[in-house]
Amino acid sequence: MRQQIEGSQAVAQAVAACRPQVICAYPISPQTHIVETLSRLTKAGEVPGCEFMNVESEFAAMSVAIGASAAGARAYTATASQGLLFMVEAVYNASGLGLPIVMTVANRAIGAPINIWNDHSDAMSQRDSGWLQLYAETNQEAADLHVIAYRLAEELSLPVMVCMDGFILTHAVEEVDVPERDQVDAWLPPYAPRQVLDPDDAASIGAMVGPEAFTEVRYLAHARQMQALELIPQVCDSFQQHFGREAGGLVRPYRIDEDGQRAETVVVALGSVLGTIKDVVDARREQGESIGVLGIQSFRPFPMEAVRSALDGVRRVIVVEKAFSVGIGGIVASNLRMALDHLDIELRTVVAGLGGRPITTRSLHALFDRRDSLEPLEFLDLDRELVDRELERHAAGGRTGGAAENLLKDLGSVRSTPH
Amino acid sequence: MTQTHESAAHDHLKFYQVGSFAIGNRLLPLEVRSVQADPERNNAITSGHRACQGCGEALGARYAVDAAFRAAQGKLVAVNATGCLEVFSTPYPETSWRIAWLHSLFGNAPAVASGVAAAYKAMGRDDIRVLGQGGDGGTVDIGFGALSGMFERNDDVLYVCYDNEGYMNTGVQRSGATPPAARTMTTQAVGEAPGNPFGMGKDVPRIAMAHEIPYVATATVADLHDLEAKVTRAMEFRGARYIHVLVPCPLGWGSSSHDTIKVARAATQSGLFPVFEAERGDVTAVSRIRKRVPVEDYLRLQKRFAHLFTPERDEEVLAKLQARADRNIARYGLLGPDGDIEEGIAARRDELEGEGAQ
Ligand SMILES: Cc1ncc(C[n+]2csc(CCOP(=O)(O)OP(=O)(O)O)c2C)c(N)n1
Ligand code: SF4
Ligand SMILES: [Mg+2]
Repeated sequence: MRQQIEGSQAVAQAVAACRPQVICAYPISPQTHIVETLSRLTKAGEVPGCEFMNVESEFAAMSVAIGASAAGARAYTATASQGLLFMVEAVYNASGLGLPIVMTVANRAIGAPINIWNDHSDAMSQRDSGWLQLYAETNQEAADLHVIAYRLAEELSLPVMVCMDGFILTHAVEEVDVPERDQVDAWLPPYAPRQVLDPDDAASIGAMVGPEAFTEVRYLAHARQMQALELIPQVCDSFQQHFGREAGGLVRPYRIDEDGQRAETVVVALGSVLGTIKDVVDARREQGESIGVLGIQSFRPFPMEAVRSALDGVRRVIVVEKAFSVGIGGIVASNLRMALDHLDIELRTVVAGLGGRPITTRSLHALFDRRDSLEPLEFLDLDRELVDRELERHAAGGRTGGAAENLLKDLGSVRSTPH
Repeated sequence: MTQTHESAAHDHLKFYQVGSFAIGNRLLPLEVRSVQADPERNNAITSGHRACQGCGEALGARYAVDAAFRAAQGKLVAVNATGCLEVFSTPYPETSWRIAWLHSLFGNAPAVASGVAAAYKAMGRDDIRVLGQGGDGGTVDIGFGALSGMFERNDDVLYVCYDNEGYMNTGVQRSGATPPAARTMTTQAVGEAPGNPFGMGKDVPRIAMAHEIPYVATATVADLHDLEAKVTRAMEFRGARYIHVLVPCPLGWGSSSHDTIKVARAATQSGLFPVFEAERGDVTAVSRIRKRVPVEDYLRLQKRFAHLFTPERDEEVLAKLQARADRNIARYGLLGPDGDIEEGIAARRDELEGEGAQ
C-alpha cells in the first residue's frame, strides 16, 4: 500500500510482512525507529508467531539471531555503527555457520570521535565478513530489499545485510509502496533451513575444522557468493513481476549510454547519494557533458562482470564514496580497480559525506568541473586550513591535546549530540 | 551468621560408600537411581573424545547432559561455548555428541541458547528444552554479560558452568574464577605474593541468585548423584536456571588424574566450595560437610598451590584461604547443628602433624 511514511517505519513493516519469528533489538541511532516499530507491531499481535527480544548488547542480538536461525526460525535484527562493530565476532560466525539472518544496517560513522551521522564506514568494515551486502538508494528500495534479502538469504543459506543511509533514509518521510503480508506470503516461501538443530535428528553444528578442510570451507563461502551473483538478478526480476515495481539488482546504470554513445565520465556510488548525483548529472547532460552514473546495489558479492561491462569504454570513472581505508584510500575504488583490470580507464576516488557532511549539488558540480585535474584521492569539501593548523600544532611537538577537540575549538563550535 | 537450611537432596542418606561419599546406587529406590546406572541412558558424550585423563569437565558434562536429556525425554538441544568441552568433543569430522548440539563462539553461549529457546517458543515447540554450557572463562568472564541478560529476561534455558577455575583450553591462564594464590600461566608462582592475587572474588552462583531466577545450584563431580539430582530438579522449572559445577582439571591444577574426585571432595569438605540449592534468590538446601578437613588437605593435592608449602609454609596465605572456607561454612551453615569448626580443624591439624606431613 502506498503511504507517506518514515523510512524506518516502512522497513519495519516490510520486515513484519516477512513473518520473522525472532527479532532481537538493541538501541542505537539511527536504526532505533525500526526496532521500536517492530516492538510495537509484535506486541500488538500484528506479527503472528514472532518473539521480540530486548537484549543486553548487539553482540547478544547477533548471538540470539544465530541461535534462533540455527533452530529453524526466521531471524531479524538491525544495528549501526558502534553496534555493528560490537557484534563483529558474531557477524562472522553467522556467515560461517551459513545462517540466513537478515540485518538492517542504518549506516553511520564510526568513532572516535563519536559521531551519530551517516557515512558507510560501518558496513564497509564488514565487507569481508561473508555476508551479502545490498545498499538501498531510496526508501522504496530499502523496504523492498528486505523482502528480497530473505529470499536470497534462505535460498543461499547465507546472511544478508541491507544497508540504508542513516537519517537520510531512515528518518526521511516519503511515499513508499510498503510490501503487504499477503503479497509477501505469495512470493517468499517459508524458511526451510539447510541444517537445523533438531532433537529428533541430532547433528553437531559448529565443529572445529583444521587445516585439512578449512581452505575448502572458506572457498565454499566464496563460491556461494558467486552463486549469489547469478541469483540476485533472477530474484529481483521475479520480485518485479510479482510486486509490479523495479527492485534493482547488481548494478544500476544511469545515462551511461546515450545516443548510442558511452559516456566519457561515469560517477560510481552506493546508496542514497545516487539521487543527488543523478540530479547533477542530469544538469550536466543538459549542458552537453558526456556523463553518466553507475549505482552499485550489491557490494557483496561484488559484481565484477556487471561493473566491467557497464564501464568498458568510458574514459574516466569518479568514485564518490562515504568511507575509506585509512592508509590507502577508496574501498569501492579498490574493488573497481579489480573489475577494470587492463581497461584504459582513469580512476579517481573522492571521499565524501563523512560523519554526515552533506554532499551538495554545488560541491559535486565543482568537483566534476575539475574532472581533468582530479588527484587520485580527494576529500570533498575538506577544510584544508583547519587540517593544516592541527598538523602544525602536532609538528611543534609536546602535549598538543586531542585532534578532534582542537579542531572544534578552532571552529569555535563545541556541540553535543545524543547518541 | 549461621543459617540453617533443609538438607540437600541426598544429605539425609548416610549409607555412603567408605571413602567416596557416593551413595550406593543399589540401595536407592529405582526412581532416584543414577541416570548413568541406566543401561538405556543416552550417553550424550560418547567415548573417544580427547579430554585428558581424569578430566573433571568431561565427567561432569556427561552426567549433567544425560540427566537433562532424560528429564527432557530426549527433546534436548545444547549450545556450547568455546573451551575444552567443545574442543575435545568435536574435532571435525568427529563428534562425541549424541544430541543436537551447536557451538557458536566463546562469549555468547547464553545468548545463543536464548535465541534457540526463543525460536522454539515462536514455533510452539515447548517440548524441546535448551541447555547452555561452557567453562568458567566462557561463563563468568567473557560470556558474563550474555549470561546476566539471559537471567534477567528469564529466558527458558538451563545453563551449566563447568568451573575448572581457569582458561584451560588455551593452556591454563587465570580467569575470574581462579582462586587466590593459585598459580596459572598468567599468575605465576614467582615474586612477592606468588600466584593469583587476593581480590574480591566473583561468586557467580550468588550473582545468579541476585537475579532471582527460578533455580540456582552448585555441585561438584565428587557427588555425581547430587549433580544429576540438581539437573533433574532444574529441569522441573521453566525460565532461567543456573548450575555451577566444580570440575577439577588435572592438567591445570597439577593434580593426579586418579585424584579428580578426591580433589573435588576436599573442596567441598573443607568448605572452600559450598554446595547448595537456591530458588528465586533464597538458599533452599545445602550439602552439609560430612567430614571436615582443613583447606590444606585440598591445597596439597594440587601443584598450583605447591608454593604455599615449599620451600616453606606460607602461614599467612594459608590462614587467609582457611578464612575463606570458614566464611562459606558460616554463611551456608555447612557444618550443621552438631559440627564444630574450630574443633574439627584442630583435630585434623594434629592428625597431619602426627603424620609428619609436609
Ligand atoms: C573471543 C575469544 N577470545 C579468546 C578465545 C580463546 N579461548 C578459547 S577457549 C579459551 C579458554 C576457555 O576457558 P573456559 O571457558 O574456562 O573453558 P575450559 O577450557 O577451561 O574448560 C580461550 C581463552 C576465543 N576463542 N575467543
Ligand atoms: S585441560 Fe583440563 S579441562 Fe581441559 S581436557 Fe584436560 S583436564 Fe579437561
Ligand atoms: Mg575453565
